[in-house]
Order: sequence, then C-alpha cells, then structure tokens
Amino acid sequence: MRWKRIRAIAVKEMIQIRRDTRSLIIALFMPLMQLILLGYGVSLDIKHVPICVYDQEGSQNSQALLKHFQASDYFSITALLGNYRQVKRALDSDLCRVAIVVPHDFSERLSDQGSSTVSLLADASDDNTANIAIGYAQAVVATFSGNVQLEAAGFGGNPPPQGGVLLQERVWFNEGLDSRYFIIPGVIALIMALVGALLTSLTISREWERGTMELLISTPVSSNEVMAGKLIPYFVIGLADAVFCLVFAVFWFHVPFRGTLFTLFFTTSLFLVVVLGVGFLISAGIKSQIGATQIAVLVTLLPTSILSGYAFPIDQMPPVVQTITYLVFARYYVTILKALFLKGSGILDLASPIFAMIIYASVVAFLAGRAFKKTLD
Amino acid sequence: MNPGEDTLVEASHLDKSFPGVIAVNDLSFTVQKGEIFGLVGPDGAGKTTVIRLLAGVMAPDKGTVVIDGIDVVRDPERAKEHLSYMPQRFGLYEDLTVDENIQFYADIFEIPPSLRQERIVPLLTSFGMEEFRRRLAGQLSGGMKQKLGLMCALIHTPKVLLLDEPTTGVDPVSRRDFWKILYSLREEGVSIVISTAYLEEAARCHRLALMYKGRIEHCDTPDNLKKLMPGTLLNIESSQARKVQKALQGQAGILGVLLMGDRVHVTVDDPRRKAEIDRALREEGIEAHPAVPTEPSMEDLFVELLKKEERG
Ligand SMILES: Nc1ncnc2c1ncn2[C@@H]1O[C@H](COP(=O)(O)OP(=O)(O)OP(=O)(O)O)[C@@H](O)[C@H]1O
Ligand SMILES: [Mg+2]
Repeated sequence: MRWKRIRAIAVKEMIQIRRDTRSLIIALFMPLMQLILLGYGVSLDIKHVPICVYDQEGSQNSQALLKHFQASDYFSITALLGNYRQVKRALDSDLCRVAIVVPHDFSERLSDQGSSTVSLLADASDDNTANIAIGYAQAVVATFSGNVQLEAAGFGGNPPPQGGVLLQERVWFNEGLDSRYFIIPGVIALIMALVGALLTSLTISREWERGTMELLISTPVSSNEVMAGKLIPYFVIGLADAVFCLVFAVFWFHVPFRGTLFTLFFTTSLFLVVVLGVGFLISAGIKSQIGATQIAVLVTLLPTSILSGYAFPIDQMPPVVQTITYLVFARYYVTILKALFLKGSGILDLASPIFAMIIYASVVAFLAGRAFKKTLD
Repeated sequence: MNPGEDTLVEASHLDKSFPGVIAVNDLSFTVQKGEIFGLVGPDGAGKTTVIRLLAGVMAPDKGTVVIDGIDVVRDPERAKEHLSYMPQRFGLYEDLTVDENIQFYADIFEIPPSLRQERIVPLLTSFGMEEFRRRLAGQLSGGMKQKLGLMCALIHTPKVLLLDEPTTGVDPVSRRDFWKILYSLREEGVSIVISTAYLEEAARCHRLALMYKGRIEHCDTPDNLKKLMPGTLLNIESSQARKVQKALQGQAGILGVLLMGDRVHVTVDDPRRKAEIDRALREEGIEAHPAVPTEPSMEDLFVELLKKEERG
C-alpha cells in the first residue's frame, strides 16, 4: 500500500463526486430529506389517537384520570360508552384505536391497596400505532397514579407503595412522550446506511461502465490501494452526514443526546466501515451502475427500515423474525444510537453490540478486500 | 527467432477463449527494443485480446507473456511499471480536466514532483495541448482525446507502449502528428505494439502481423509481406472507376479488382495482360488511362491475403 497512490485516487474521487449532481444530492440532500420526512411523518401519525372510554365507576377519581388523557396531545376522546358491546363496536368500526375501561372498584382499590388497574383494549390491526398508543396510555396512567400515590403517602405517612403501572423500558427513557425521540436516533442509522451504500455502490461500477477501469488496472496500482482510495472520501462524507444528523436531531427536533461524542464517533466509524464495505462489495460484483444501485437499496434500506428496530420494536416481532434481525448489521447500530441518545450509555454498557459490529466490520472489510480484482475476466 | 537482450516483448503460445469464441489461438511473437510492431486484421480477429494479454489486464488460458524479462502473468504489478497501455475505448476520466488526468496518472506512477514539470510541459507542447489544460477531457475532440491518452501513457517513460487502434476516428493531419511522436519514441528505444484499422498506417510499422480468427497468419516487414502478393498489380486511373471495376471483374487472367476512389487496382496473373485490358476498356467505351504496373499497397495485400484465408 502506497499512501501517495491512495491519496491520488481519493483526490480524483472527490473531484468526481463534486462534479456529479447525483452523488451530491445523495450526499447532501438525502440526509436532510430523510430526517424531515421520517422525523415529522412518524410523529404526526401518532398524535391525537382516537380513544373511547367506558367509565364503569363515574367517580371523581375516574374523571380525573380521563382528564389526563384529554389533556395529552396524543389522544382525543371520541366517545363515552356504556357497555362492552359498544366498546367492541367502536373498535371494529374504527371509531377509536384504543378503548379504556375504568373498573367499578377503581377508587376503592386505589385507596385500599394504593394501586389500581385500568383495562386497555387496542385495535391490533395496526400493530405499530397500537404499540405506541399503549406506551403512551401507560405513561399517562403512570403520571396519574403517581399523583394519587403521593397524596396517599401524605395522608397516612406510609412510604409510597410500589406498583402502579409497569412501563415498557423504551417509554421510561422517552419521558417527553415524543415518538420522535424514539425514532430519530434510528433514522440516523437509516440515513448512514442508505447514503453510504448508495454512494459507494457506484464507485467501481461507474469505472467499468465508463471504460476507465481498463486503463486503471493496467497500472501498477494495487487493488487494496484502489479500495482504500475510493472509500476514504465516502468515509469522510459519512462522518460529515453523521455530524449533520446529530446537530439536526438535537437542535431541531430537541432529541436529548446523553452519551459521549467519542462513543458516537467510534461506533459510527465502525458502522461506516460495514456500510461502505457492503457498498464496495456490491460495486465490485455488479458492473452496471443501475444494477448496483438497486442491489444497494435492497440490502441496506429494506432490512434497516424493517428489521433494525429503528421504528418497529424488535421484541414485539415473531421469534423467527427476531432471530433474523441478528443478521441485520443496522440493528446493532440502532441499539447503540438509541442507548447513546436516550440513556447516555457508556462504551462499556454497549460492549456486546459494539463487539458484534467489530466482527461484522472485519468480515466485510476482508471480503471487500478480495472482491475487487484487477482483471477484465 | 531467439529472444536476445534487446527483446522487450515475448509472447509465446498464447491462448484465450471466451464462451463460444477462440479469440487468440496459439499465438507467438517477439518485439525488439525500438521496434514498432503492428497488428492488423478484420473486426473480431483478436487484436484487442492480444494487446490486453500483453498489458496484463486479462490472463491467458495458456502461454506466457514476458515484458523486459518480467513474466506478466506471474508478476503483473512489476511488469506494469514498464508498460503503458492505451485501450481501444477512451480510458481517461471525462469529468476530469486534461491537467487533472495527467496529474492523476503521474501520481499513480509515483513521478516525483520535482520531475513533473520538466516532463509534462514538453509533452503538452509537442502535443499542442497547452491551451486545453483546463478543459474537461470529455469536451475534447476525438483526436485530442487520443493525444491526451498517449500523453498519460508516456508520463512514466515506459519501455513498452501498447496502443489499441489509437488513431481510429482521428483526422489525417493529427494522425500524422501521432506517428511523428511514435517515431521519436522508438528512437528513444521504446517498443511499440500497435493495432490499427488504417492500412496505410500499417505500412509504417517495422514489422506487421496479419491476424485472422485469433491466429497470426503472416508476420514480416511490410516489404517482405508485399512479396506474398500473387501475380502483378496494375493501376488504372479513370473518372469512371466503378465501370472499370465492373467490366474487368471475373475476366480471364484477372485475379482481383479493387476500387480505390478514382483508381482501380487490378491483379493479373501475367504482366502481358495489360494490352488486353486496355483494349477491352476501349471497346466498352470507358474513359480510362492505360494500365500501369504498380507497387501493391497494404490494402491490396490485405484483401488478397484475406481472400486466400477465406478460401481456406
Ligand atoms: N470480454 C469478452 N467476452 C466475450 N467475448 C469476447 C470478449 N472480448 C472479445 N471477445 C470476442 O473475441 C473475439 C476477438 O475480439 P477482439 O476484440 O480481440 O477483436 P479485435 O480484433 O480487437 O476486433 P475490433 O477490430 O472490432 O476491435 C471476438 O469474436 C469477440 O467477440
Ligand atoms: Mg479491438
């Protein structure tokens, strides 16, 4: 490996990217577009989920709980119902997505045992919305029952009882109840995967298609020098896009970032090695630009958007699909990003996904190094 | 031919097949230092494939290529330091400027910056390209593109230059310039292997290989090759050249008739046929100068030899 040759190829590639409108659009505008589309698209969907209420008790307590729902941006109460048959009909007819049933003994149990249950029925046909709605409902109930418990504690002088409503972990770390918090870190993974693989998938196929490869391979430059020289510019672009996404997420969408920049930089670099390596593999294997682009979209966008857990929680997938997600390299990065943004996990907490990414990166780098052959055969 | 010290290219028993085609078939030749070796042959004869095998961008199925003592198949990277290859299809970056392309190949061949100016400037001058330095390669004319290709090929002063139809689509004046440069290179001891579709160009090579269906059918100096011409060649100038061709085709004692603009080349079995031909044309009422014995051109030779191959 000669640094001067690598640099020559990197410089040449950079000039070509600068003069290629298509590459510029992918590198510069696609991240912004994706952030806006996915950032807003998802969060708008999830506001004002229609709910119905069947209040069996009709007490002051139950009214107070329902006020919590009404006050939240995430729900609109569309009907007050009198029996279970009406509840079922309301769900079936799409009058509401979620129905809440407050039991007869709601207040009684709250004062006797310090906790009480509220039933929640969801229309499961739209799993994703239902899941997120359930999360919100739990959080709304939690803030309410927290208040009640504190009041009880003030009366009797007892320690506040444990229990109440158990929340899912992701809602715990998403205390603003904003689904964007939960989505945006994953969107960053999606953007990096798409941009990285799309750009690099063109780098080798372009040279084959334009006939410049034949001349390049007649020089003493080695295939590893070609690979390194071609990937360096995309690595830099990938990191720049990551910084852009971070800034946009924090300052535009106000997603908290609680981790360290070092961990983010380190894991992002690992992810880029994998993504660029996959793009390079595709590019080396498929000599037409269009074919390479299509395959790149297929192997990055599809698994990343469906199976990485960026929007659809992995633990709610069928077991077989859950097993498959271990093969999707983006899943590790999504896990890491969510932990970095929302929990502020340190590099040691993330040891296992980082380890998985290191294995992935080594395998892909190894394969990519052998994929490109300096021959026309 | 025994490869001596001055042999820079030695191809022996090269075979290369593609699905359904034998592109190169048991082919051997050598090229000496300072020699211009020409490859001619009809489309699909295998010229490009041979040059690719020499350049090390494709591996032969069988056989060896040795460039300046280095085995190209076994040690391609080292051999490539002494080689320059100009593919049939323009191989430079059209979205880079002339200067950027030159600098790129100078970097790839690790030309030290101190040497660059003294090497690049004279090249630009002798190719008449100084004023186009900032132009994108894609916006150059066909002839200028080929010159740029040759310039990039010469940046590292190669010992062997492999040119695949470098003058196709280039106007005759630029083509002459191109050949001037090739002659000056051979004076510096560079060996040149060149394929060409222009037969008058082929006559300028020191040695010429006529390729047909993957084989070299004849390989010699242009003068010796011309001796392979059967019969005698007569040149007839006429404003009605096409009529002359029609009238003579298939007549007794006439081996071949070749139309060349306002001239017709007629191959006859015996020089004494001249009188018969002149009389026949007069009787047909065709205006024509009397037939004159002439030296066969490369085209005559080529057509004649190919005819023989096709007959088997
Ligand atoms: N990469 C390839 N794959 C399959 N067949 C090939 C390939 N390259 C060449 N051929 C075939 O091999 C034969 C020789 O081709 P080649 O390009 O070497 O001929 P050529 O003499 O250079 O022709 P031209 O004058 O048209 O450039 C042809 O029949 C061609 O179709
Ligand atoms: Mg050819």
